[in-house]
Amino acid sequence: MTDMSFQVPYVRDQEAPRLPPPEGMVGIAHWLREGYFRSVGSGLVTLVLGALAVWIAWRVIDFAVLRAVWTGGSRDACLPAAGTAAGACWPFVADRFGQWLYGFYPIGERWRVNLCFLAGLMLIVPMLTPSFPWKMQNALLLLVVFPLFTLVMLTGGNFHLSIADYATTIGFLLFLTCLVPVWLLGLAQGLLRNKIGAWLAGVAFVLWLAWIFAGPEPVAIGGMAVPLLPVSILALLAVSAFLAVRLAIKGAGRPGIVVAANWGAVCLAALAILVFLDADFGLVTVETAQWGGLTLTLVVSVTGIIASLPLGILLALGRRSTMPVIRIVSICFIEVVRGLPLISVLFMASVMLPLFLPPGVNFDKLLRALIGVALFSSAYMAEVVRGGLQAIPKGQYEGAMSLGLSHWQTMIKIILPQALKIAIPNIVGNFISLFKDTTLVLVVGLFDLLGMAQTGLRDASWATPTTAPTGYLVLALIYWAFCFSMSRYATFTERRLNSARAR
Amino acid sequence: MKRLLVGAILSLGAIAILTAAEASAGTLDNVKKKGFVQCGVSQGTTGFSLPDAQNNWTGLDVDFCRAVASAIFGDPTKVKFSPLSAQDRFTALQSGEIDILSRTTTWTMSRDTSMGFLFAGTTFYDGQGFMVRKALGVDSALKLDGAAICVAPGTTTELNLNDYFKAHGMTFKGVVIEDQSQLRQAYDEGRCDVLTTDSSILYSERSALKAPGDHIVLPEVISKEPLGPLVRQGDDAWFNVVKWTYFALLDAEELGIKQSNVEDMKKSDNPEIRRVLGVADAGGAAPGFGPGIGLEEDWVAKIVKGVGNYGEIFARNVGSGTPLNIARGVNALWKDGGLQYAPPIR
Amino acid sequence: MTKDVTAIQGDKVPMWNDPKARALAIQVAVVAILAVAGLVILRNTISNLSRMGQNFGFAFLTKTSGFDIFQALVPYSSESTYARALAVGLLNTALISSLCVVASTMLGFVVGVMRLSKNRLAARIGGIYVEFFRNVPLLLQIFVWYSLIVLQTLPPPRDAYDFLGLSYLSNRGFMVPRPLFGAGSSSGLIGLLVALAAAVMLRRWARRRLEETGRSFPTVAVSLALLALLPMVGLLLAGLPVRLDFPVKTTFNFSGGLVIAPEFIALFLALSIYHATYIAEAVRAGVSAVSRGQTEAAQALGLSPAQALSNVVVPQALRVIIPPLATIYMGVIKNSSLAVAIGYPDLVAVGGTVMNQTGRAIEIVLIWMLVYLSLSLTTSVFMNWFNARMKLVER
Repeated sequence: MTDMSFQVPYVRDQEAPRLPPPEGMVGIAHWLREGYFRSVGSGLVTLVLGALAVWIAWRVIDFAVLRAVWTGGSRDACLPAAGTAAGACWPFVADRFGQWLYGFYPIGERWRVNLCFLAGLMLIVPMLTPSFPWKMQNALLLLVVFPLFTLVMLTGGNFHLSIADYATTIGFLLFLTCLVPVWLLGLAQGLLRNKIGAWLAGVAFVLWLAWIFAGPEPVAIGGMAVPLLPVSILALLAVSAFLAVRLAIKGAGRPGIVVAANWGAVCLAALAILVFLDADFGLVTVETAQWGGLTLTLVVSVTGIIASLPLGILLALGRRSTMPVIRIVSICFIEVVRGLPLISVLFMASVMLPLFLPPGVNFDKLLRALIGVALFSSAYMAEVVRGGLQAIPKGQYEGAMSLGLSHWQTMIKIILPQALKIAIPNIVGNFISLFKDTTLVLVVGLFDLLGMAQTGLRDASWATPTTAPTGYLVLALIYWAFCFSMSRYATFTERRLNSARAR
Repeated sequence: MKRLLVGAILSLGAIAILTAAEASAGTLDNVKKKGFVQCGVSQGTTGFSLPDAQNNWTGLDVDFCRAVASAIFGDPTKVKFSPLSAQDRFTALQSGEIDILSRTTTWTMSRDTSMGFLFAGTTFYDGQGFMVRKALGVDSALKLDGAAICVAPGTTTELNLNDYFKAHGMTFKGVVIEDQSQLRQAYDEGRCDVLTTDSSILYSERSALKAPGDHIVLPEVISKEPLGPLVRQGDDAWFNVVKWTYFALLDAEELGIKQSNVEDMKKSDNPEIRRVLGVADAGGAAPGFGPGIGLEEDWVAKIVKGVGNYGEIFARNVGSGTPLNIARGVNALWKDGGLQYAPPIR
Repeated sequence: MTKDVTAIQGDKVPMWNDPKARALAIQVAVVAILAVAGLVILRNTISNLSRMGQNFGFAFLTKTSGFDIFQALVPYSSESTYARALAVGLLNTALISSLCVVASTMLGFVVGVMRLSKNRLAARIGGIYVEFFRNVPLLLQIFVWYSLIVLQTLPPPRDAYDFLGLSYLSNRGFMVPRPLFGAGSSSGLIGLLVALAAAVMLRRWARRRLEETGRSFPTVAVSLALLALLPMVGLLLAGLPVRLDFPVKTTFNFSGGLVIAPEFIALFLALSIYHATYIAEAVRAGVSAVSRGQTEAAQALGLSPAQALSNVVVPQALRVIIPPLATIYMGVIKNSSLAVAIGYPDLVAVGGTVMNQTGRAIEIVLIWMLVYLSLSLTTSVFMNWFNARMKLVER
């Protein structure tokens, strides 16, 4: 039994009076001493660097503002009077700015580029804002609908697809439909229970090969030229697909109906895309040779980064695969590409790619460069994704395995969503590099922002000593604004991810 | 099954390639069908092909393409320009990306034969020359021993330069820069004493220097550089259209048919002029030269109405009133002592 | 449904459900696809080449190049072969990349430390430097350095900056005396080798002494002195067979001496300044990764700030700094190919000229790939070795 009564300790119920900061720790003097003149050495550094900064800032302001020429119609306005040094030649920039943004895109059609840019902005901003909902739908719009829209908008659409193109696509979709039971019931069941369908598909495939090697010879039936082989292939595939769908619905019940319906929707979407590309919207065709400027820079870098994502993911998974051949192939590709300068990859795409194709087949120059850029960037993307994959703890794999998920199910449903989220800052970093590297398409004869500006500098009617400095200054600011804002976004995401993980 | 799938994908690819390789009809028919001429030009050479801020191309090479468009459509605007670098100009023509290459390209044997092209004529007789500062006091290329020379790489220019200096027992320091505007700036800032390239381009480069008056082009021309438009081999109909457009420009100048007087000329009594302009003779029979190459009867009239005759094109783009200020010289008509000579239209 | 399942369960697992068999099939398929694709490409290439009247081969390398290169580390003229031209290009690539690696590392360390400095102005300026130069394309920076800064701010040869008549700086380049090595110069080389060996031995000895007695020895200073002095001694013993060739002004230009071309200067500045930003970031990350407690502990042990920095902070920071450095160095090598834009004759520029003259696209691209891959590989092997050496041995 202890003494129950004890003194209640003193508890302050009023805030203690605040003491003033110690002498010498406040005010400008302290701020200066603490931040700028801690020691003699520090003071010297401050003075030297300060003088340098003021000098550079003065030079830039003097050039860009004080001595600048603001109006004029040709080089005469910007030529300095004898004995004086001229400043920036802004009329040159004003004259050429439209071209820097749009290249040789017809002036009357520039609204199309603007529309694509606006659409992209309206999709990307909510995509990058973490608090915005509907990420899945947004991604679908951004990665499927937006590229198609941009393609048709920028080129003018109306691709004149042939009947053969439609037939090929339909045939391929039907062929994939035959695999629906395999997806639902597994390889063995899917094949064993659909013997007739499989056989029909096989026959169709053999006919397909025969058609390729024999050539598409139409046979005259009743006065009409009927391409016998393709028609029979399509017929066989249609029957086979019908059997497959019936089996899927009968054999798997309700999930079968769901899968079949979804697959049907995908097929319809694919056909809709074809029709969309083929449709004539009354837009004037604009060849890719006329694209240029910032538009081209954005087209090349955005296409490069979007195309390199799936490729990069596949390569990263391949690099971590347990199958030696796959692993070696992936590693070789990644390391070889990462060891090469982009210039040589672009040279290869523009000079060697035509040699690799059969005679008579050729790609558009822009497409060749895009292929080069996408392959190049996929190797870097693979490394970024690999970094994300490595950060996923083993427990996640084991958890997925214990749930009985297959390899691909584990990857698609568990691992990749987490890995890609972790990799976002680095993906943005990759995009920044790619955005800067698009300047190199200049060497294969495409006019990106820098290339367009160089063309303007060739114009004798604007040739003055200050034209090039003015142009380069504006270019540097444009590139800087893009890259800096993106890198800020990457830092922001990184911080957010870190704090989320720390929780 | 997996292998089947792989096979399917492979064969799909093969089909895609097969359909892409469909045989093309004649270029003239294609051009008529698509409604414009696709013309390969340079990425920017004053006087030959240069875009202004409104994407309007001007220059001699550009006007030639407009002449072809006028001949076919009667409208000089029915042409689209593809700016090409020296490296990919031939690939572009070979692959069918463009219909004509009109890009200050030198007519050489290998290009005209083994590379699979045909030159339609020489729209500009050129040769490699040298530009120096007046202040150096050099008046002949033979006094350039030891000079630093700015030259573009990988072109015939560089090889000609080596040959010329070796032949005269001189040495030079080459400054080799690919990009034309960088090359000009390097010369302008005094990185080298001499700039060498085709004389026509030398003049255009001079006009873009800080003080064009301080530089002179030396009299020596060390090579033959006939520049002209070219097309793919194996399409004679198209080749004829391009070739005879060139001749028509010359014949029009020779006969005094100008953009301003082409309508009046149609009433001329001169049978040659009537023939050229496709005006029916007294008996009402049309001359039939236009239809002979797949064009309209009045194709020459359309060309001249669209872009003028050769002399007008020359004067407008590179002649004395322009920054280039090139004299007609060898590019004058044959009867004025030049080399421009066209077979008659008859 | 049940009937089928029992039918399968009865005997062993069917082949298509056996993971090993499946893996094998997939790999065979991949190899087959690659082989077919390779064959198709090969066939197309051969037919395309023969259509253009060409064949594949490296025989053209022995032909005379016919073009000149203004900067060659080995004797070269327009009479030399294409192979030699490419070798000159390769050496130029190696020269510019190695110098830029050194310069960007030094600049990057300075800026990285600046950004962590307590001097706010220094930290802020370091930050602005990094954020500006990192976010503007390198090609644009090269253009600016070359045509706006080097060519415009340096005077023409007539008004060249004169350094005591020994060296001249103008927009034709920096002319410096060129050492000419006569017979007997090998003694200098021998001196250098001896000095190197001595430095290595000295380092070992100093380390052992440090571990045994705790007394330190100024290894770096002594090694540098050895490296500088011994070759001189060697040369002196041989009777100083080295002459200096001084640049002399002539009508157009300068003759004699060693010319450091303006293209080289511009490329060097642009590459070093651009990559220094990345190194600065790596250094900042590395130094920040060393916890403050380490410095405080070093102070508690009585180490001076300099000792604390060199013996405690830097070795730990290096562990974090070195891995990204390898990537940055590879970037320097690859980006040196942008030389082509301003006409510095590196491997890509020379290769491009050869490609234009001979039309040998495939061969040249193969050579590029081979060279850049081996350069990258060498760099990464060296950096891995360095990394392994620098790794903290954990007990």
